[in-house]
Amino acid sequence: MTGIRGRTSNWPAVLRVSEEYTMSAEVNFFIDDKPVQARAGEKILWAALDNGIEIPHLCAEREREEPFGACRLCFVEVEGRDLPVLSCSEPVAAGMRVHTRSERVDRLRRTAFELLMSHHDLDCKNCARNRSCALQKLAGTLKVSLRPKRFRKLPTEAPVDDSHAAIVLNPNRCILCGKCVWVCNQAGRSGVLDFVFRGLRTRVAPFRLEPLGDSECDDCMRCVDSCPVGALTRKKDPAESTSGPPGPLEQQQKA
Amino acid sequence: MDAKESDRGGRVREAYALLRQGAVDRCEAEAKDQLPIIQVGTATCGRAAGALETLAAIREELDARDMAGRVVEVGCNGHCYAEPLVTIHKEGWPPILYGTVNPGIAKVLIQRFLGEDDPCFEYLLGGLEPHEIVPALKDFPRSAHEHRSLLKHCGVIDPEDFDGAVRAGVYGGLARALRMDPEEVIEEIKRSKLKGLGGAGFETWRKWQACRQSPGPEKIVICNADEGDPGAFMDRSLLEGDPHSILEGMAICAWAVGASIGKIYVRAEYPLAVERVRKAIGQAEEAGLLGENILGSGLGLRLEVFEAAGAFVCGEETALIASIEGRRGMPRLRPPYPADRGLYGRPTVINNVKTFASVQRILEEGWEAFERLGVGSTRGTTVFALAGKVMNTGLVEVPMGTSLRQLVFEMGGGIPDGKRFKAVQIGGPSGGCLPESLLDTPIGFKSLREAGAMMGSGGMVVLDEGNCMVETARFFLDFTQKESCGKCTFCRIGTQQMLVILEDICRGEGSMEQLDLLESLAEDIRLGSLCNLGKTAPNPILTTIRHFRDEYEAHVLEKRCPAKVCTALTAHYILPDKCERSCDACVGSCPTEAIWVNAKRIKVIDQALCIQCGACVDACPPQYQAVVRISPLADLPDRGEQPKQEKGDDEG
Ligand SMILES: Cc1cc2nc3c(=O)[nH]c(=O)nc-3n(C[C@H](O)[C@H](O)[C@H](O)COP(=O)(O)O)c2cc1C
Ligand code: SF4
Ligand code: SF4
Ligand code: FES
Repeated sequence: MTGIRGRTSNWPAVLRVSEEYTMSAEVNFFIDDKPVQARAGEKILWAALDNGIEIPHLCAEREREEPFGACRLCFVEVEGRDLPVLSCSEPVAAGMRVHTRSERVDRLRRTAFELLMSHHDLDCKNCARNRSCALQKLAGTLKVSLRPKRFRKLPTEAPVDDSHAAIVLNPNRCILCGKCVWVCNQAGRSGVLDFVFRGLRTRVAPFRLEPLGDSECDDCMRCVDSCPVGALTRKKDPAESTSGPPGPLEQQQKA
Repeated sequence: MDAKESDRGGRVREAYALLRQGAVDRCEAEAKDQLPIIQVGTATCGRAAGALETLAAIREELDARDMAGRVVEVGCNGHCYAEPLVTIHKEGWPPILYGTVNPGIAKVLIQRFLGEDDPCFEYLLGGLEPHEIVPALKDFPRSAHEHRSLLKHCGVIDPEDFDGAVRAGVYGGLARALRMDPEEVIEEIKRSKLKGLGGAGFETWRKWQACRQSPGPEKIVICNADEGDPGAFMDRSLLEGDPHSILEGMAICAWAVGASIGKIYVRAEYPLAVERVRKAIGQAEEAGLLGENILGSGLGLRLEVFEAAGAFVCGEETALIASIEGRRGMPRLRPPYPADRGLYGRPTVINNVKTFASVQRILEEGWEAFERLGVGSTRGTTVFALAGKVMNTGLVEVPMGTSLRQLVFEMGGGIPDGKRFKAVQIGGPSGGCLPESLLDTPIGFKSLREAGAMMGSGGMVVLDEGNCMVETARFFLDFTQKESCGKCTFCRIGTQQMLVILEDICRGEGSMEQLDLLESLAEDIRLGSLCNLGKTAPNPILTTIRHFRDEYEAHVLEKRCPAKVCTALTAHYILPDKCERSCDACVGSCPTEAIWVNAKRIKVIDQALCIQCGACVDACPPQYQAVVRISPLADLPDRGEQPKQEKGDDEG
């Protein structure tokens, strides 16, 4: 029997051919009663955006073959389906009737957003992403304050990693959209970033919790570019951070 | 085609007949001497209760008395409340099961039963076959509903004895399956109505069919033995007590779906299971039941154990796959389902240990026998790990459709210490708490879901009047929050927000608005989470709010914990007219020295020092029962006594 890794099977290629074949066709369907067209197999979210219809989303990436599906903001209703549907992962189908708003999805979106904000170190004034932040934009779209009152503010006490010459990683601003991890682990990149810990403590960090500055990071800066919020940012002045007492990450590592 | 098929059938029939005859012959040759057989349950649960010491004592005693007997290690038979368990087979007697056999009792059994033919009625749990004077285990209330099918070999056969397993019928199902076409095997499973026993209750045949029809030459079958639910150990018991049945079930599945590779994903915390499964794989390969051309059928299957260092969430099938692939155990969106794109992108079937055991039984005994048990859409049997406030803890196997009441009161023997039943928590950490009024719910995937609980992996914790339902919900939620993979917003942050509210309520700092928020957030998390960990995490909260709302309201509105459990709302108090002047048992028991003696020699608790540990309640002799718990704190009598002064004297 040939081992699983030992043999290059040809079926994924076969599958891909058939996917391409089905995807090349265009289908007609409706979003909020507006007739729209998209490639068969396209995800509802991208079809909507291409047609100028906004659906809130934070973690979706068009190039990503397997949608991550973590932020849970992009829910829509599809007629005939009992439960709200995740638009970043649901392919369109001919005749499908999508509704981007309903009492239920509005409520889910709002809760998801408020939950994210309840565990976010909100300090726009001092954040490099002020005015270009996805959260600020979303607050506008959803008409929800950046400081929602419904949930208690949970402590954000993760150590800020400023060990890298050009990058600052502040997990307390991270919304765990996973974009940086994805770009960092694409073929040919350094594969430094991953998720660590579980539960509320989950965060993005370099492999084995190394300081980013000591890691295999090849300074491609793609993670910074992919981050929709102020969690991964460019250092303003590289000289700034080399002075001063050791950051909390280093202390933690020594402990 | 037909001729070819029958060729295969003939080859398989012959190969199996030969194999079985050899095994039976070897077993019989061994049994010829008619030596008594002493079986000791040395699964993990037995070992925890000292089974290895018992085993050693038996061997020692036989040696010391120069008596002959065959000492055999077997798996767990489910009577965990009475470990260590010993079964003695002796000529002229039915096999007799003895409970709580410590080394002392073991020696007595050797001496009196083997030596003097006295079956020691004081230690026996029952005979395993009918007999005139030995009461049969079957006649006990526990056995009235018990139906041992999945567990039928556990505690009966020696899990390391391949011949014994084959003689008991293991691999007979595979031999039958290999004579059938794969489609016929799937049809057989379909007729049995088997649903996966890993929690979700998905129809097994559908999964197999999807995998079979999925394109791709190298399919994979995975046995999910992650079993991360605290308190659950049925999968472990099966792997430790009857590993060959699981391997056989996987081989049947491999034949049906066309897989050539199999993985058994076992928690690393189960070293004995890993060891026994590895040994069983070796034996099966040697006998031609795994590896190339199994029983001459052309089926090739390589099985290996994957030791999971994983977390609870790694039991979720897509996280499990990620974990085997060396990635972080994080669930991903489905579809694609593993049947289409599973391990290494190959079509993969993932089933639970009990599901594979069921498959073995169905192929060995035919779908009719399986389908006959159970009700509605849920057939066959299932295994529960009974725990908590119930007399007989341990594993029980019952037909689907048995009621919770029968399980708790008849098989479990009811609630100890004359306490009142309050609820039963079913389905593991994200199961639901069902009250007395729902005790007649029959066990089944649909019925339990409708009641707000779930089958889960078969954990069942019985709660009595001494359990606080708010605290219970908090306890389970604390587990799921810590085990959340952290990927999606609702589960990662939402469960923490629920936890914060529950902690407030337990401290008496909750409000009715928070209670409403808790309920609505629970609904959102259920709807919005990515995987079933998040989707089911609110179950304990939603069911306790639904069935025990009065307890929540007592915490919120009266700052009272009705079960007197929540420490912030409860005080310990010594009733002056019950306290015995000459006794000071409680004084020394208190770890914080909060108990002082007043001028009348009555003991008094200094509330400022008390940490609510309850040591004094246990220390106070039963004839006085002078220490009570009081909730709300407002009900604490103020006796106007000043402990500080007396203490001050001592210190000064
Ligand atoms: C958080 C989580 C933990 C799980 N743990 C287990 C487990 O320990 N064992 C198991 O068989 N299934 C577990 N499951 C269910 C599996 O995802 C999957 O449904 C199951 O293994 C399928 O087998 P079945 O069809 O035989 O039930 C878990 C699911 C979730 C969401
Ligand atoms: S650091 Fe930025 S890109 Fe990375 S997961 Fe967090 S929010 Fe997303
Ligand atoms: S529901 Fe929880 S465990 Fe499941 S993907 Fe989301 S965060 Fe992870
Ligand atoms: S965009 Fe769909 S879940 Fe994040």
